[in-house]
This record gives sequence, structure tokens and C-alpha cells, in this order.
Amino acid sequence: MDEMKKAVLQYVIDEYVDEDEEMEVDAATPLISSGLVDSFSMVSLKVFLEKKYGVKLPDDEATPEAFDTVDSICDLVRKHQG
Amino acid sequence: MAYDDKIRAAYRAEIEAIREKGLYKEKRFICSPQGAEILVEYPEGAPREKVLNFCANNYLGLSSHPEVVAAAHRGLDERGYGMSSVRFICGTQDIHRELQDKVSEFLGMESTLLFPSCMDANSGVFEAILGKNDVIIADRLIHASLVDGIRLCSAEYDTFKHMDMKHLENKLILHRDKRVRLVVTDGVFSMDGDLAPLDRMCELCDRYGAMLLVDDSHGTGFIGRTGRGTHEHFGVMDRVDIITTTFGKGLGGASGGCVSGRRELVELCRQKARPYLFSNSLAPAIVAASIKVIELITGSTERRDKLERNTVRFRQGITEVGLCVREGETPIVPVMLFNAKLANDMARDMYAEGIYVVGFFFPVVPAGAARIRVQLSAAHEDHHIDRCVEAFRKVGEKYGILGLDRNGIIEKYGM
Repeated sequence: MDEMKKAVLQYVIDEYVDEDEEMEVDAATPLISSGLVDSFSMVSLKVFLEKKYGVKLPDDEATPEAFDTVDSICDLVRKHQG
Repeated sequence: MAYDDKIRAAYRAEIEAIREKGLYKEKRFICSPQGAEILVEYPEGAPREKVLNFCANNYLGLSSHPEVVAAAHRGLDERGYGMSSVRFICGTQDIHRELQDKVSEFLGMESTLLFPSCMDANSGVFEAILGKNDVIIADRLIHASLVDGIRLCSAEYDTFKHMDMKHLENKLILHRDKRVRLVVTDGVFSMDGDLAPLDRMCELCDRYGAMLLVDDSHGTGFIGRTGRGTHEHFGVMDRVDIITTTFGKGLGGASGGCVSGRRELVELCRQKARPYLFSNSLAPAIVAASIKVIELITGSTERRDKLERNTVRFRQGITEVGLCVREGETPIVPVMLFNAKLANDMARDMYAEGIYVVGFFFPVVPAGAARIRVQLSAAHEDHHIDRCVEAFRKVGEKYGILGLDRNGIIEKYGM
């Protein structure tokens, strides 16, 4: 797993998985469609990505579908890194 | 005609998809005044059934209280049916001012502004008082109306884990460069019935120079020793900056809401909040009845005390029966079933036993957290509560879940 995926995955675990929850999350785990992350709290992840990777993710691309797995999130960030 | 067969078919397919996901909301008709015992037509066209209502927000049992109904009649007789105007043109009567003053006094706030609903108050308050240099930091389980209001506002927003004070503190530190940091929470969370720890939130807000907004729609009138709300319960009545609340639940249950708080913030809502500016005044009958409600609950704590006793009786009964309930002290009692179908099936069977309750599941509550939400009322008598508990025992036995904990129910039915 590359550095970006590791960092995003760690953020997702820290930000969204409760400590007492027995849940394993990897880069392919559905986040939004599984209900782990809802569309309202997804904004925290967008703020994190924009700050950490110096990108601006347009609202029409930062969709629940694009944010559904760590894999797809990293694809989106890379696209905007140019 | 633009609404052709193709468009009609597309909309029908969308409705069908909602049905297939099990999210379709059935029509239910109440053919009596709101109360502990109601007459219901469900499903549509079925004979009317007399059932006990355990799913209304009628916490104080004031929805059909004779003195409240009489006050509404007086309002109708003395101030007419409607105002045919928004507030700021020719829609503000003396009784609107009187109600605002009474609410401010009751909640211990500086000023209050009425809205057509709390949904409208929450939709309008953020954009009126915040701008693009500000940030809103919200609990992840706040009510949908707050979420909508936050999304309509130009301020940045962020969220913290439900009632996790360490996480909130991290977010306050992360956003320390902002002009205004506004922390947003429900006082009583409507699905779990848990209370936001306002004492600890006020401490954090003081430490990091943030403001606090509390939507106390499920708390006003009965939480706290004299029913002022969640801020009274936690002893922080002078430290919350804004409270939004409703007249549509414990306070008579008709409609209307308000923003109550620091004088300047309320004044800005009066000048800028779009649902206030572009929506009709609250009808005189509702204003007059709401004034009576505030008088009733200011004069006596009898109704909130009865609600408290009813809550204890139900929680004790349902725990003894062996159902899995979230612990707490509010009249919102989630009977946890985890599986959506089980919640739906049990709610249907409860109705057959003469108890009107509703199952809730994803996306209304988190996935795997399906439940039947029971709501107590001061209108309930002991025999109502005992009947409800007995029906839960009977239905719970049918599904073989009595005595099972979370893992036991999930093992049997899945999530």
C-alpha cells in the first residue's frame, strides 16, 4: 500500500471508527454505502484531503460515490494533484 | 404537456425503488385528537382501531389539553385566523411579542424570534450570523434540519464524533484560525434519547473561545428540574449562546419554532434569516395557545414530573421483560433490534396488540442500529404503560429475543 493510501486509511479509522467498535477497514471497504461515513460527516475527510495534499476537490466531483473507498478517494486526489 | 408518459414512468420507477429498499413511508390516518389513546386508520382504508400512542412527541400531554384548546379558541376569536403577511410587513401582533418575551424568560435567554417551525429556525440561523471566515463544528448525529441549515451557510463546517469531547477539542484546535467557531448540538438526540454533555461543551467553548448552539426541541418543557431544558439539566443556563426549539413537540405540538439567544444574534436573524423574512407569521390561534402552554409549565412542574415518573416506570418494565434498551433518563426509549426487518415486523405486531410504535432503520439511524423508538408522555397513565410493556413482552417472546443482548439478537437475525 502506498503512502497516500496508508495516510488516508489511518485518517478514516481515527475519524470515523469508534474505538469500541470491532470493525476492520481496508482500502476497499465501502465507507459511505455501508453507512460508516454519512454524507454530512464526509466533509471532515474532504477538509483533511485538501489541507494535507494541497488540492481543491470540486463539490461536483467530491461525491459520495467518489468517497466510497480509500482506493477511489486516492484516485480523485491524484487526479487533482496534476 | 411536459409531464408525459416517459417522465411519469421515471418518477414511478423512483417511488418503486424506495419501496424495494423498504424505505417507503405508508400513510397512517389519525381520526381523533392527539393523545394517549387515538383512533387510527391503518393501512389506508382499514377499519379504525383504538390504539395506545407511544410514538408522538406529545411529551407533556398538552396537544389536546382543554386549557390549551380554549386559549387557541380565544386567539382565534380575538386576533383572527391568519395574518396574510410575513412578520416584518404587517404580520406581527402584540401576542407574537408577548410569546417571544415569555419564551426568553422561560429559557433564560436575552431575546427570542419566532419562526414558522424549528426546521425554519435551523434553516435560517446559520446564514444569518456566520460568514465565510467562520466555521461550524457539529456533532455527527444532529437533526436533519440543522444539517440543511449548515449546508445553506457560507461558513466552512466540520463534524465531531457523537458526544466525543476529545474529538470536539481536536476540532476546536484545528480551526483556531477562524473568526467565529460555532459548536452545534442537539440537547436531546431524537433517535437515541441521550443528552449532550452541555457542561463539558460549555467548558470547551470557554477554553477555545467558541460559541454554542443547542437545538433543544426534544428537551424544552421537561428536561431539567423545572423543565427549562437541557441547559438547566447541566446547570449552564447562562452559558449557551443560542437555543433553537419548537412548539411542535412538548409545548402543545401544533407548530412554530424559535431562535432564542444573545440579543445581537437574534436581531441578525430578524434582519437576515430567509425563512423568517419570506414565510408567513405564526397563526394567532397557535401563538395564543403557546402563551398558555408557557404559563402552564411555568406555574407548575406537575406535568414534567409525571412524565419523569412514566419514563422510569416504562424503562424499568421493559428492562425487566428482557429487551435490549439504551440506558438513559429521557422519555425517548430506543428498544434496540439492530435488524431492519425485525424492527418493522415487531412494530407491525405491536400495532396488532393495540400499541402504536414505529420501527426506525438506516438511513434514519446508522446501519445495524435498527430499533423501535418508544416515546413516553405525561398523558400516559400507569395502565397504558403496563399494557405497552406487556405487548413488548408478548411480541418479544414471539421473536425469541427476550434476554438477548446485542450480540444475541444479531446472531439470530443479522444486522
